[in-house]
Amino acid sequence: MTQDHALQGSEFDGGTRVPAAGTATGAVLPGPAHDGADEPVQLLDHLGVRHAHEHYDALVADVDGAALRKLYEDMVVVRRIDAEATALQRQGELALWPPLLGQEAAQIGSGRALREDDFVFSSYRENAVAYCRGVDLTDLLRVWRGNASSGWDPYSINMATPQVIIGAQTLHATGYAMGILQDGDDAVAMTYFGDGATSQGDVNEAMVFAASYQAPVVFFCQNNHWAISEPVGLQAHVPIARRAPGFGIPSVRVDGNDVLACLAVTREALARARSGGGPTFIEAVTYRMGPHTTADDPKRYRDANELEDWASRDPLARLATLLDSLGLLDADYTDSVKATADAVAAELRQGCLSMPEPEPMDVFKHVYSAPNSWLDRQQDHYERYLASFEQAPQEGSR
Amino acid sequence: MTTMTFGRAITAGLRRAMEDDPKVILMGEDIGKLGGVFRITDGLQKDFGAHRVLDSPLAESGILGTAVGMAYRGYRPVVEIQFDGFIYPAFDQIVCQVAKLHYRTQGAVRMPITIRVPFGGGIGSPEHHSESPEAYFTHTSGLRVVSVSDPQDAYTMIQQAIASDDPVLYFEPKRRYHVKGEVDETGDASASDMGTARVVARGTDVTLVTYGPLVPTARDAAVAASDEGISIEVIDLRSLAPIDFATVEASVRKTGRLVITHEAAQSGGLGAEIAASITERCFDVLEHAPVRVTGFDIPYPYSKLEFHHLPDLDRILDGVDRVMRRHNSLSGPTTEGVSQ
Repeated sequence: MTQDHALQGSEFDGGTRVPAAGTATGAVLPGPAHDGADEPVQLLDHLGVRHAHEHYDALVADVDGAALRKLYEDMVVVRRIDAEATALQRQGELALWPPLLGQEAAQIGSGRALREDDFVFSSYRENAVAYCRGVDLTDLLRVWRGNASSGWDPYSINMATPQVIIGAQTLHATGYAMGILQDGDDAVAMTYFGDGATSQGDVNEAMVFAASYQAPVVFFCQNNHWAISEPVGLQAHVPIARRAPGFGIPSVRVDGNDVLACLAVTREALARARSGGGPTFIEAVTYRMGPHTTADDPKRYRDANELEDWASRDPLARLATLLDSLGLLDADYTDSVKATADAVAAELRQGCLSMPEPEPMDVFKHVYSAPNSWLDRQQDHYERYLASFEQAPQEGSR
Repeated sequence: MTTMTFGRAITAGLRRAMEDDPKVILMGEDIGKLGGVFRITDGLQKDFGAHRVLDSPLAESGILGTAVGMAYRGYRPVVEIQFDGFIYPAFDQIVCQVAKLHYRTQGAVRMPITIRVPFGGGIGSPEHHSESPEAYFTHTSGLRVVSVSDPQDAYTMIQQAIASDDPVLYFEPKRRYHVKGEVDETGDASASDMGTARVVARGTDVTLVTYGPLVPTARDAAVAASDEGISIEVIDLRSLAPIDFATVEASVRKTGRLVITHEAAQSGGLGAEIAASITERCFDVLEHAPVRVTGFDIPYPYSKLEFHHLPDLDRILDGVDRVMRRHNSLSGPTTEGVSQ
């Protein structure tokens, strides 16, 4: 036990030490921005109280009641997508699904800050970001139904298909951003990854390259406290955001369950990148309320009290409270949000069930863009093999 | 025609590719002001600018990973891996990303990345500077792998590799960088195909297949064997993935005997693939089992022993003797009925 404790760190053991995400009075002092300060930026506390922030208020000054309602609707819809996909997996229609439950604010807040010509390189859990990019709902499921290795053409929504190798996409984003620099463009590459990924060499190399070339890339780390069964304390002995300044990259820690704060810090980072200010590292402190994937059982490794604690910081509930306090949560509105979510869920389910089956010979497609003598021969032989079943007589010896 | 060294021919080919296509970007360690440790990129940063010839931080995975991002953005990165033995930190990005993104995205994203790798031994270097890792990559679908053996091919094939919409590993036999040859710079690189093998010496008794650094050695072996009345046909594979088996098969159908030689270790190497594939195709005409003359299954040895590891003229001729059922190192005192 002693050894476990030492290995997992004293500060972030199992994610039970919640960074001060608001107090009983909701008072949070505005921390100094961009220096990797431990205190997360928070504009909306877990009780739904909006707090003034001397630096970040200006970045969300345009977010009026209608915009708040839209953010809330987004979060309800993506939570509904998540629930529907989880149900589809339980019903045997999907092989697997990686839920984002609990991370809606981090993904919607950052995703809604992006411009259409920005380009996203994400992991497999950023389905809410894909939703912000305008993904076709059926495309979200192709990989998880086993029908394709990716759901969409990355150029159709300016978002790479989800990366499974942990952290590899951070380098792709950095290289893409280097290309933006070459082009003299003001787009930004945005990369999403988790706390576990920060242990990967690729993520650290990406920060070296991004800093050296001053590439317009935003590193958006969702510290959801768990990498499958490993607590964040095993990956990082100090708050993750503290690392980036060592690379020469400004960083900010944000309450990842506060959609307004996530929107604000991401807007700031994007603006910095667009104006030649180089990369920014954002650590959104959030929590993976569900399993790693539908194949995981978090009851084996984490405490129910922890879940309960984080449930009280739910990103949707606090925004609903704020809307209510502003008189914006009337029945007409909530009914329409529910109707939208139900329609999206129905479309998702329909898309899943009506997805055409892949054809056997599709396995050979797109390995190369040009003919390949080795593969063409194997394909030819397999075609003949399959055809032999159709041509074979009903009886007779092989 | 211009006489130039093998290394200069690659430089000239890179220069031509950069002139032809502004999307061609060079990335690697020490390739800027220094011109690379082998000077292959000498003068290119000065002429094309630091934005097109990028000195990279010392992180091979980072170089390949950012090259992937550049390719996403529409560029054609040409990456220099400084030495063969330094490629392994980039292995994940090459195998999981560079090789598979076209397949993963159902053709939506192309990875026209060229990875230049100085490879092979014979230069007296310490560990990690003399390896032949090509089989790791020929085993990986989605990659094309080539190796060049003379200045003309070096010049032409680097341009073809860069022009390829599929990723290409371009293995350069570093011990031949200073070999001189005639190069025609006026030709159109797209007129020929880097995927085809080439018969570099005609013969009728034995087909000797090789690539890269051992092509000159194999040609020497053919000359030496002819003194003893043995006619060797030498094939320079040029493309290692895919291998142009049609050319090898046509030769073996004529000779009935196959010897393969490479510097890389034997087990699971390209020689095994060639022996198996040619046996499948030509079993009926083979006079003897294919013979491999290769490096041993050892870590690359310290330099004073490297020429025991590397196949040379005499070891190749010994392999030829085996496939000819002549007296050889394994046959003992008699020559009758000896197979190995």
